[in-house]
Amino acid sequence: MSDPRSAVGGAVYEGYVTVKDSGAHGMITLRGDHAELAEAVKAAVGSGMPTQRRIEGGLGGGAAWASPDELLLFCDYADAAGALEKARKSLEGNHFLVADVSDARAVFALEGSGIRDLLAKLCPADLSPEALPHGEFRRSHLGQVAAAFWLESEETATVICFRSVAPYVYDLLSEAVKGGPIGIF
Amino acid sequence: MSTRLSTGGRLIDRAKPVSFQFNGRKMQGFQGDNLAAALLANGQVVMGRSFKYHRPRGVVASGAEEPNALVGLGEGGRFEPNQRATTTELFDGLTAISQNHWPSLDFDVGAVNSSLSRFLPAGFYYKTFIHPRAAWKHLFEPFIRKSAGLGKPSNPGDPDTYEHAYVHVDLLIVGGGIAGLQAALTAAKTDAKVLLLEQEAHWGGRAPVDGAEIDGVAAEEWIKNALQTLEAAPNVTLRKRCMGSGVYDHGYALAYERCTDHMPGAAGPRHRLWRIRAGQIITATGALERPLSFSGNDRPGVMLASALRDYIVNYGVSPGDRVVVVTNNDDAYRTALAVKDSGLTVACIIDARASADGPLPQACRDAGIRVETGKAIAGVGMKGKALKFVDICAQAGEGSVLETVGCDAVAMSGGWSPVVHLWSHCGGKLLWSEDNFHFYPDVTRFPTDHKGAQYVRTAGIASGAMLTHEVLGNASESAVAALEQLGHSAEAWRPSATGSEEGAMAPVWVMPQGASKAKKSKMWLDFQNDVKVSDVELAAQEGYQSVEHTKRYTTLGMATDQGKLSNINGLAVLSGALNQPIPQTGTTTFRPPYTPISMGVIAGPGTGKTFQPLRKTPMHGWHEANGADWEPVGQWRRPYCYTKSGESREAAVSREIRNTRDSLGLLDASTLGKILVTGPDAGKFLDMLYTNMMSTLKPGKCRYGLMCNENGFLMDDGVVARLDENSFLVHTTSGGADHMHAHMEDWLQCEWWDWKVYTANLTEQYAQIAVVGPNARKLLEKLGGMDVSKEAMAFMEHADGELAELPVRVYRISFSGELSYEIAVPANRGLELWEKIVEAGAEWNITPYGTEALHVMRAEKGFIMIGDETDGTVIPQDLNLSWAISKKKEDFLGKRAQARSHMASAERWKLVGLETIDGSVLPDGAYALAEGTNENGQRNTQGRVTSTYHSPTLGRGIAMGLVLHGPDRMGEVLKFNKVDGSAVEAKIVDPVFYDKDGEKQNV
Repeated sequence: MSDPRSAVGGAVYEGYVTVKDSGAHGMITLRGDHAELAEAVKAAVGSGMPTQRRIEGGLGGGAAWASPDELLLFCDYADAAGALEKARKSLEGNHFLVADVSDARAVFALEGSGIRDLLAKLCPADLSPEALPHGEFRRSHLGQVAAAFWLESEETATVICFRSVAPYVYDLLSEAVKGGPIGIF
Repeated sequence: MSTRLSTGGRLIDRAKPVSFQFNGRKMQGFQGDNLAAALLANGQVVMGRSFKYHRPRGVVASGAEEPNALVGLGEGGRFEPNQRATTTELFDGLTAISQNHWPSLDFDVGAVNSSLSRFLPAGFYYKTFIHPRAAWKHLFEPFIRKSAGLGKPSNPGDPDTYEHAYVHVDLLIVGGGIAGLQAALTAAKTDAKVLLLEQEAHWGGRAPVDGAEIDGVAAEEWIKNALQTLEAAPNVTLRKRCMGSGVYDHGYALAYERCTDHMPGAAGPRHRLWRIRAGQIITATGALERPLSFSGNDRPGVMLASALRDYIVNYGVSPGDRVVVVTNNDDAYRTALAVKDSGLTVACIIDARASADGPLPQACRDAGIRVETGKAIAGVGMKGKALKFVDICAQAGEGSVLETVGCDAVAMSGGWSPVVHLWSHCGGKLLWSEDNFHFYPDVTRFPTDHKGAQYVRTAGIASGAMLTHEVLGNASESAVAALEQLGHSAEAWRPSATGSEEGAMAPVWVMPQGASKAKKSKMWLDFQNDVKVSDVELAAQEGYQSVEHTKRYTTLGMATDQGKLSNINGLAVLSGALNQPIPQTGTTTFRPPYTPISMGVIAGPGTGKTFQPLRKTPMHGWHEANGADWEPVGQWRRPYCYTKSGESREAAVSREIRNTRDSLGLLDASTLGKILVTGPDAGKFLDMLYTNMMSTLKPGKCRYGLMCNENGFLMDDGVVARLDENSFLVHTTSGGADHMHAHMEDWLQCEWWDWKVYTANLTEQYAQIAVVGPNARKLLEKLGGMDVSKEAMAFMEHADGELAELPVRVYRISFSGELSYEIAVPANRGLELWEKIVEAGAEWNITPYGTEALHVMRAEKGFIMIGDETDGTVIPQDLNLSWAISKKKEDFLGKRAQARSHMASAERWKLVGLETIDGSVLPDGAYALAEGTNENGQRNTQGRVTSTYHSPTLGRGIAMGLVLHGPDRMGEVLKFNKVDGSAVEAKIVDPVFYDKDGEKQNV
């Protein structure tokens, strides 16, 4: 079996923010009563439970709060099937949904000092440091499509979108980079 | 004649000359000029022609309200019409052309309209061109089109980019004059997040020109200090060249930033649209000066007193050597003083008031300027296009000329109107001032937010505060009120200010007050649209009472300036004609944007390759490289067919179908919706969603099902696969996936919130590949891995396993009537599997096929297609799908609706197959003709075509349609209409045209 092929094939755009396709990552949707999920999360990806709108850990091992009854778990691409089984086992007997969504998504890394500024061109959410602290997992829009993102620091962020619109999101981000900074944060 | 003065000009840099072109003529200006100032400096007084009469027009204002000096700016892809010369910053290499001239600015054929103007009164077009009907199309419209219209359309291929910026602030302040600055200074002392916008390229507004002193220093100095303070404040963002264009509900506001208009080609976007969420909004938008309505007030050389003063003070430009000032207020005296100070001559100040004794008139008299009170302008004299003199008369009279005064420029002032546009956008109401004769914000009837609280306030002159210290005090108080509502405590203060004292003004709406009809027909209200005092009076005489109706009848205020100059004067004249007070007449509605914004900025990133998101399957690139002819399906692009070089679409579709039916075909089915439904109540839930029974489905099995909405109409169809006891995978149509997922969540969250069901949309997790045709099993066996034999996997079964060493789930389902497997594989492996299948299938001439071949093959089998056989008005019973409607279930969505009398009626058109007698293809959407006509004289019908194709398998046209009593009329021949008026005969047949017993798919 060859390597998995991500939607935009490792594309990189450099500017005041660098936009990089970060390739394939393991992602699992886990729905259920949050009060019952902590053990399954620990077992599947080794992470703690995120509080509302937060992410614990990150790509390769983490859990993000996606809605009042949904989490998005992160692991290595190759480990997704195993992690899914661990979650399933741990939750046996409960009412839950677990599904591998690694291939349904595309992941981009943003690097540079103007990340908030760049995202503010495309996203209607409040991206100020008070409204979007590091580790806040924001589900919103970029342009005309749904996307989620979080800032690991002022210089690095991760953006997740659906696989089918990955070329659109890549173009959107790189065109916005081309426009240069707005200078509002 | 206008020219550049040897000194002065606070905004220009004389060390930096700039060259530009106007109508092909090379001209020189300075950096800091606006285009209007630079044109005046080059002696170009006439800048455009009016809309209706093509009268030559000069610049009348100095800012955003300019109605006359509109130009086409730039060249090629950057050409843009209707740009105001007064807001266009000059840059090296600027090219502009004047508008609405034919053939040239100096000589205009259309100006003959002007001499015919008494035949072109208000409502002329409505009255004259209605009859005869034919004359409108062939005579009047072509002529009007040629002579009317401002500017040319821009060209395709705009090389510039545009973007949006979403910002969230506590306090938005629109307007960077002294009021906006004072409001920002007040807010800067708190930690509220403040955004201050200014539409021009410089801060401070009019104050430096008007010469006020604030806190003991000149206004210019005070502004500089304020900016220093604000720039140092971490909570304040300042943005110039950024116009607050509209205020909307919930604290939403739009602003239009012109980033590189003054340096075209520079890096970055040309315009930026700020989409602002503000807790509170303060509009410090200042005021606009009104013209005076005297005969000849539209002549080039007549301009607003404030504009004339601006050209002298800001740009060092003389609009004329000898200036006459005409006014009804004290402010215009500042212009007289500015003219005098610049070394030019004030011929006379004509003041319509009986007396003028305030400090400003006194200063003028002291400076030796002649002041004539109680007087008016009776007419304006021209020599060619140059202004030569004005006739003076008594304001109280009918216009008998008392004296003729030579001059080459006239500065007029009819008083000031606060800019209440942004206050009014979201429902702020107005009051009429009997002191200043203008509308100003009624602070008790403010725009309200979702809690009924005030979220827009005005500051300074926009509030109706006319004196500098009142302006500053009001701004500070407005800021404090807004800040307190945001939960910040702040303190208002009122800087001391001098130099703004003025005597009382007088309302002067027509000059002289007893002017004759002839004079009134030369008094312009709306300069751009050629609406005069006589037109508004005529409208009133003809029975128009509402200001909104009068506006549309006369076109008053409907030009690109949206009545910024004409509004108040027009409704004052209307009120006069209707003999009612002005507040009773009221204003027209203020709507965003405040001034026009570019179409490019509205689109923002929604252009070019990011015009809309195109969804691409993992095999999209392969399709593209192999001749895909695309078809949009929702936001997906799917191959309609794959054409080989020189092959037509029809030939490609036929080849794809024949190869599939004879040997082996391949379809990218990744776009099919795939929704995981899981939980102890999943079966019960699907029984409610589908018309048939899903809970009885065994794990490992598939079942086709129909979903209806609560009105009983078909919404979606597809195959449900039961994965295990608790889980189902629901397949939806390609276009319906998101909608069906939302539909499920709607019912689960709003109605059946206590059912234990979770859903997840897994559409994009899998690439799905249909392998179709007699050789399909051989191919899967060649790929190697799981057992796909007839025994291991019967029709309508599925299993997980491996093929070609890839993890797959295989469904044995068929939408073509052939032996068929659909293989789901993780999307990141999709292309890999596709390529392996193509390679392995070469020995069977494997043929990728597109959506058209898919459609034809399903039609050959009589399978319905959502969107073809259904259109939102079709129920399953219409399609003879009663077998898929459970009789046992107590309830399902649509059950009750389908029991309604009309739904259960035997008169509903029902699905049948249709075969043309001559073998041709029926036109899509054609109607089956019935005898006679209905009450509207239209032909009666008894059915319609829902799908129609050429079947390469059968070598003839086949179709499906809905026909009255159709299934009972097998063999009957109907006539179907064609676009050319003729009809084609078709026989009613069974809709299954091919392999009626399903032998091919069951091998």
